[in-house]
Amino acid sequence: MSEPILKVSNLETYYGPIMAIRGVSFEVPTGSIVTILGANGAGKTTVLKTACGVMDPQKGSVTFEGREIQRMDPDKVMRLGISHVPEGREVFPFLSVRENLRMGAYTRKDPDGVAQDLETVFGYFPVLKERADQRAGSLSGGEQQMLAISRALMARPRLMLLDEPSLGLSPKLVKEIFDIVLRINRERGVTILLVEQNANMALQTAEFGYVLEVGRIVMADTCARLLQKEDIKEFYLGIKDEGARGQRRWKKRKTWR
Amino acid sequence: MTDRARPSYWHGEKAASDRPTGSRGRKLDIFLQLTLNGLAVGCIYGLVALGFVLIYKATELVNFAQGDLLMLGAFVCYMAVVWWGLDYWLSFLIAVLAVAAFGALLDAVLLRRVIGQPQFAVVMLTIGLGAVFRTFASVTWGSEIYTLPTPFGGVTRIAGVTISHQYLSIIVGTLILCSVLYGFFNHTRIGVAMQATSQNQLAAYYMGIPVKRIFSMIWAISAGVATAAGVLLAPVTLIDINMGLAVALKAFAAAVLGGFGSIPGALVGGIVIGLIELYAGATLPDGFKDTAPYIVLLVMLVVRPQGLFGTPGRKKV
Ligand SMILES: Nc1ncnc2c1ncn2[C@@H]1O[C@H](COP(=O)(O)OP(=O)(O)OP(=O)(O)O)[C@@H](O)[C@H]1O
Ligand SMILES: [Mg+2]
Repeated sequence: MSEPILKVSNLETYYGPIMAIRGVSFEVPTGSIVTILGANGAGKTTVLKTACGVMDPQKGSVTFEGREIQRMDPDKVMRLGISHVPEGREVFPFLSVRENLRMGAYTRKDPDGVAQDLETVFGYFPVLKERADQRAGSLSGGEQQMLAISRALMARPRLMLLDEPSLGLSPKLVKEIFDIVLRINRERGVTILLVEQNANMALQTAEFGYVLEVGRIVMADTCARLLQKEDIKEFYLGIKDEGARGQRRWKKRKTWR
Repeated sequence: MTDRARPSYWHGEKAASDRPTGSRGRKLDIFLQLTLNGLAVGCIYGLVALGFVLIYKATELVNFAQGDLLMLGAFVCYMAVVWWGLDYWLSFLIAVLAVAAFGALLDAVLLRRVIGQPQFAVVMLTIGLGAVFRTFASVTWGSEIYTLPTPFGGVTRIAGVTISHQYLSIIVGTLILCSVLYGFFNHTRIGVAMQATSQNQLAAYYMGIPVKRIFSMIWAISAGVATAAGVLLAPVTLIDINMGLAVALKAFAAAVLGGFGSIPGALVGGIVIGLIELYAGATLPDGFKDTAPYIVLLVMLVVRPQGLFGTPGRKKV
């Protein structure tokens, strides 16, 4: 296998005295889609924030294309080729949709390429084209999510970090967005690290998955195999095996640690 | 407080209104003249208020030294014209650039470090900085009252209304400056990035926008605009180390009136305050000139607390 585009080793991140990430290691192979699953408060957002430079880790390293990037400023990390679609979209509410997209391409110096990519993302999400001159703050949550993904794409990243893109969206829209994520990966060759609670969609889209629990990776496997695991079915897919009892569930949880 | 020794702090029109007025036409002339001068004074308040708002929106700092930057700008221009004998326009340019650079430096070495500290600490810091600037000015240029020679000495009479070129230059200057700023903020990459940074700093980082450098540039613009206001104002109030204080206080009121955070609001707020001040000065008993703007502000805050251009219950995203 080729060198992974992103390699995280023994990462530890704190919020003041609170240890949110307790020695996390994972790899994202070039060209793949990797997902990190976890419940609320597992530390998914913190992992992404540390990877992209918004937070500094206490220990451990983040290596992007062979280069250590932990403790770098987030604007510098972004210039290396990592785009972040943050939790909660974080669009610029008083700028138009088009201006938001142009800000996504802020670091680029090729106006022709930018114009071309603008058409590409309008192709992915035609609704954004309709609303190109509308203020981003007046879009619906789903439209804002589309905008956030498109805006990240405008930088022509080699790696895209997606933080819970399905949050608060209808199942139909979630499906639509994941289809586009897949297309972005296939057509544009963008490697994708996807953080999700919606395990079903994430496991169907990604190739490899990690499960994060209270700041630790407790499981790592191909998505096909993760989909078959009893614990995943129970805790993330909500499918209950007939024989599953409380006792057994507790035991399973124990084995993860 | 600062009116004490300064000859005719835009009181000229008060004298005019004291003259016995015969016809209705004469009254109209006076009214038009007051309006013109009020607009000019209001433009100055608006420009300084704009500086407050730009910095506040981007960094959430309230810069109480804004008026003293105006004073520094006026002095630098005075120095260039009178001490060095340079052309007025060249001096104007030098002053704007020098004080803008100083503003950027101030951000880079000092104010960047206090972002996130309690607001009152920042307020104290900027008030202190203002005092330092005034001391610096009095040591460097002296604490007298100085006259800046300008090309705007004349007057034009149109249908009985006397239009002083000094006041006219303020209005025209403000219009030009505002158009330039409008174009810059809406139609240049860096200008839009400044708006973006003001709206969502974290997302600006995610876009690769150099947020810290953007903050310094915003400080530079605010300081440059304050300087332009100071140089335009200089022929009217004359230059002394306290010239920024009275202006800053009313400009602050203008920014609040406009809904602290809105740029058009700051300009409109400034003009409203300027007009009220001159109308009150001409019609009401002595003392109302300086208090009327605050009375209006008070009423405004009770009736419409979000200001003229603020949206109710607005929260920063
Ligand atoms: N600003 C903060 N200050 C202190 N603790 C925090 C802060 N943000 C997160 N935490 C803590 O860090 C842990 C991980 O939080 P994180 O936001 O990474 O979780 P998450 O997996 O993204 O959850 P969710 O699915 O709800 O978004 C949680 O226990 C949380 O309480
Ligand atoms: Mg999260």
